[in-house]
Amino acid sequence: MIPLSWYLILSGILFSLGVFGFLLKRNIITIFMSIELMLNAVNLSFVAFANYWNTHPGTLPSGAGVLPLSGHIFVFFVMVVAAAEAAVGLAIIISVFRTRETLNVDRVNLLKL
Amino acid sequence: MTNNLNLNLWVIPLLPLIGAAINGLFGRRFKNAVVNTVALLFTALAFGWALRAVWTLWPGGDTPYVEVLAPWIAAGKFSAPFGFQLDQLSMIMVLVVTGVGFLIHIYSVGYMAHEGGYYRFFAYLNLFMFFMLTLVLANNYLLMFVGWEGVGLASYLLIGFYFLKDSAANAGKKAFIVNRIGDFAFLIGMFLIIQRFGSLTYTDVFSQIAKGNFSAEAGWGFFTITGICLLIGATGKSAQFPLYVWLPDAMEGPTPVSALIHAATMVTAGIYMIARSHAIFNLAPNALVVVAVIGCFTAIFAATMGLAQTDIKRVLAYSTVSQLGYMVLACGVAAYTAGIFHLMTHAFFKALLFLGAGSVIHAVGGEQDMRRMGGLRQKIPVTFWVMTIATFAIAGFPPLSGFFSKDQILGSAFHSSHGGPVLWAVGVLTAGLTSFYMFRLWFMTFFGEYKPGAVDVGEEAHAANAPAHPGHGAASHSHGHADDHAHGHGGVHESPWVMLGPLVVLAVLSIVGGWVGIPQFMGGNNHFEHFLAPVMQSGPAVTGEQAAKAENDSTSAHAGGPSEESAGEEWMLAGASVGAGVFGLFFAWLLYYKRPELPNQITSKMHGIYLLVLHKYYIDESYGAIFVKPLLALSTIVLWRGVDQGVIDGLVNGAGSASKGIGNELRQMQSGNIRSYASWVAVGGAAVIVFMLWWGVK
Repeated sequence: MIPLSWYLILSGILFSLGVFGFLLKRNIITIFMSIELMLNAVNLSFVAFANYWNTHPGTLPSGAGVLPLSGHIFVFFVMVVAAAEAAVGLAIIISVFRTRETLNVDRVNLLKL
Repeated sequence: MTNNLNLNLWVIPLLPLIGAAINGLFGRRFKNAVVNTVALLFTALAFGWALRAVWTLWPGGDTPYVEVLAPWIAAGKFSAPFGFQLDQLSMIMVLVVTGVGFLIHIYSVGYMAHEGGYYRFFAYLNLFMFFMLTLVLANNYLLMFVGWEGVGLASYLLIGFYFLKDSAANAGKKAFIVNRIGDFAFLIGMFLIIQRFGSLTYTDVFSQIAKGNFSAEAGWGFFTITGICLLIGATGKSAQFPLYVWLPDAMEGPTPVSALIHAATMVTAGIYMIARSHAIFNLAPNALVVVAVIGCFTAIFAATMGLAQTDIKRVLAYSTVSQLGYMVLACGVAAYTAGIFHLMTHAFFKALLFLGAGSVIHAVGGEQDMRRMGGLRQKIPVTFWVMTIATFAIAGFPPLSGFFSKDQILGSAFHSSHGGPVLWAVGVLTAGLTSFYMFRLWFMTFFGEYKPGAVDVGEEAHAANAPAHPGHGAASHSHGHADDHAHGHGGVHESPWVMLGPLVVLAVLSIVGGWVGIPQFMGGNNHFEHFLAPVMQSGPAVTGEQAAKAENDSTSAHAGGPSEESAGEEWMLAGASVGAGVFGLFFAWLLYYKRPELPNQITSKMHGIYLLVLHKYYIDESYGAIFVKPLLALSTIVLWRGVDQGVIDGLVNGAGSASKGIGNELRQMQSGNIRSYASWVAVGGAAVIVFMLWWGVK
């Protein structure tokens, strides 16, 4: 049995990788992938917690019970949102590339005064 | 105090206010005829209403008739109502103000006909009437003070009526500021009264004084201080030494204004206030002495300054100051009745003099320098005759009004326990000087030859005036009134009847006005004194002598009443003042008619004194050096550059530049770079996580 903390550490590492990738990369595709990485890091922690609470019932600090599949449901929501986001985001990326012929975010700065 | 009458006194001041509002708000679009109809109508209505009120109340009515409309200011135990009071004193004042005011309104219709700002002029005049009536009808000091300040405002507006002219604008400011000094003392006096009596209502205060026994405080106590504060207030409004300086400059206003405000009505407010507060002054012999000395000194001081003036209106201005000095002197010897009597007769003949002078100025096309006049007797006969009456009246020739009132003042000054031969002698000397400079004006204006283009024999006079009154001296002859009456340059012409009519009425009043107060030794009954007696007797006398006198002497309203004295002495005193008048007439005749070359010889011989008088004793200059310049320097260096620019502007600008600086720094965060924003978000998120890990989640 792998302890919960390992999952969380892995999730934290993945999330941090996503954050730094988001902050440091200029290629818009890479940034997009970093966002996916962060979402999936969160998904990992959700399923880890879901599994943990299912195997250790009744240990919530508040003492309340947990629905057996609630963590998995969240994961599905996140994946749906991520899929929708991927569709919209990729469409935007294509349209940006068509007009500006670049994928460098620093050069897509129309909103900056 | 309460009776079943309802006189609706509040209507009297309200009527001119309505007139002022109509003309002031809409007058710009009116034709001149509409403007003056409105102004005259509401003034006439006020006069009529005042007459009706007086007629209903007197004789036989309970006085004072008090009408309290509404509570006004209430703070703790103190309250000042919105109330009006009519007693014999305010009857006289209200009739003089509305009556003389109405005549001057009529005159202004003709005089101002060709001036710009016609509606503005009448709106201001009506506004002035409103405030003056509030002043004299108020039933407490605070409401009186409202009127008091209001007439100051109206006076400021009217002096500065030709506001494009620097000298007029400055004169307006000077009048207002000098008056404020007096007002300040008046306020302190009121505070003292509140502190002592808890009220400012006349009836309250005076009945408390009448009931209480305050003779122990006759020295330098409460009453003396209060009295002196009230006196300083009066010196401002009534142009007494040392605050008289604004009045001669006030001649920058249109002539009807000089007549109405600076001769007949407003300047009498101080006298009215002293007479109204006689109960307080009677308890303060020391304050009375100060009053008498200031009045006496002002009378002779201003009279000497009048001797050398060449501007016809300035001569009259100094004579006004001098005559007001007489009234204050009368109050100072506790002969309030005589003071009010002189106030009334003076209102008639001084209004007449000013309006007559206006008519003369009108006739000669805006010229105000008497040296360029002369020989106008045949050319403007009506003006000449009314001016003659007024001149004889002010010089105190019997049986004109000025004789009786002046004689009463001088007699009281001689007999009163507060007065003495010295005050009397100075008064008689002043009477002589008054007569001299008035006849000087008379001879210079109406006799001799008309010399419109006279060489400026005394150009130094103008040069002398110039520093103190920039633009007044020679300059005022070339613009100001001259502009507006340029049409009159064609030739000397008599004024229209709309101007002469009021002059004739005032001339009649100047003759008969004094007959209501013919003293007993001349076979009269002194109705005036009996009339005012109920008001003036309400205050207790201080000294036993006075009290005894007031009791024994039922015919004489107040201490200083001379009925026990021998009639021969009275005749002698009256003779002395008439004699002084005749002397003045004689010298004026000698110097300005018989041998007109003499004045120049005399002035060249007594050059020093002449210059001193010509420069008005350098009072304006010394005030400038002692008060104005240091104040200006203090204001400039400390208050303006130091406090205002340094501290206040520093704080404001500092706050501004501080936020600007902080903003400038914070602006760097808003780089527009998405990734730096994201970094801030990440840093913030990390900080939240660190916080939660470190301190835990509660």
